[in-house]
Amino acid sequence: MAMEAHEIKALIVKAMPDADVMIEDLRGDGDHYSATIVSSAFAGKSRVQQHQLVYEALQGNMGTMLHALALQTSAPDE
Amino acid sequence: MNEMINQFIDNEVKGADVVLFMKGTPQFPQCGFSGQVIQILDYLGVAYKGINVLENDSLRDGIKGYSNWPTIPQLYVKGEFVGGCDIVREMFQNGELKETMETKGIALEHA
Repeated sequence: MAMEAHEIKALIVKAMPDADVMIEDLRGDGDHYSATIVSSAFAGKSRVQQHQLVYEALQGNMGTMLHALALQTSAPDE
Repeated sequence: MNEMINQFIDNEVKGADVVLFMKGTPQFPQCGFSGQVIQILDYLGVAYKGINVLENDSLRDGIKGYSNWPTIPQLYVKGEFVGGCDIVREMFQNGELKETMETKGIALEHA
């Protein structure tokens, strides 16, 4: 079970076109990444809600194809 | 989603002040992320109930639907979903977790 960094980025940008996305492969196994995402979609949302938006963007891959994705989310002006 | 599991989860979440759905047990966490949250809770000296989702597959899936959160661990304080490992660690590092516990009247021994 693994995903490529560019696949993760593509899914996030598809759901949040203005998103600035930086993905880091933490272990080189395609299963443990960190992602720093800045998007206006996060504005006014709690951290849990922001992360839920990202999980929705990943269309069910989170927790199945992808084991770990450490998230840092923020809106542009935060 | 299986109504029975949903009811079980709801009872657990509301049955104790601090509940952690995790992989393994507090004494033997079986996942690094669950282990990290256990260390944070132990450091703060918070009393909590650990629920091992590995013991029951429908619980392991049911909890993800209950909170609309796809991963384990999941921390609940006073019936409210706080977050997974990332969020709990971030909140701990910036002092927000301790503040949340205090405002919700959760006793902290060490902090």
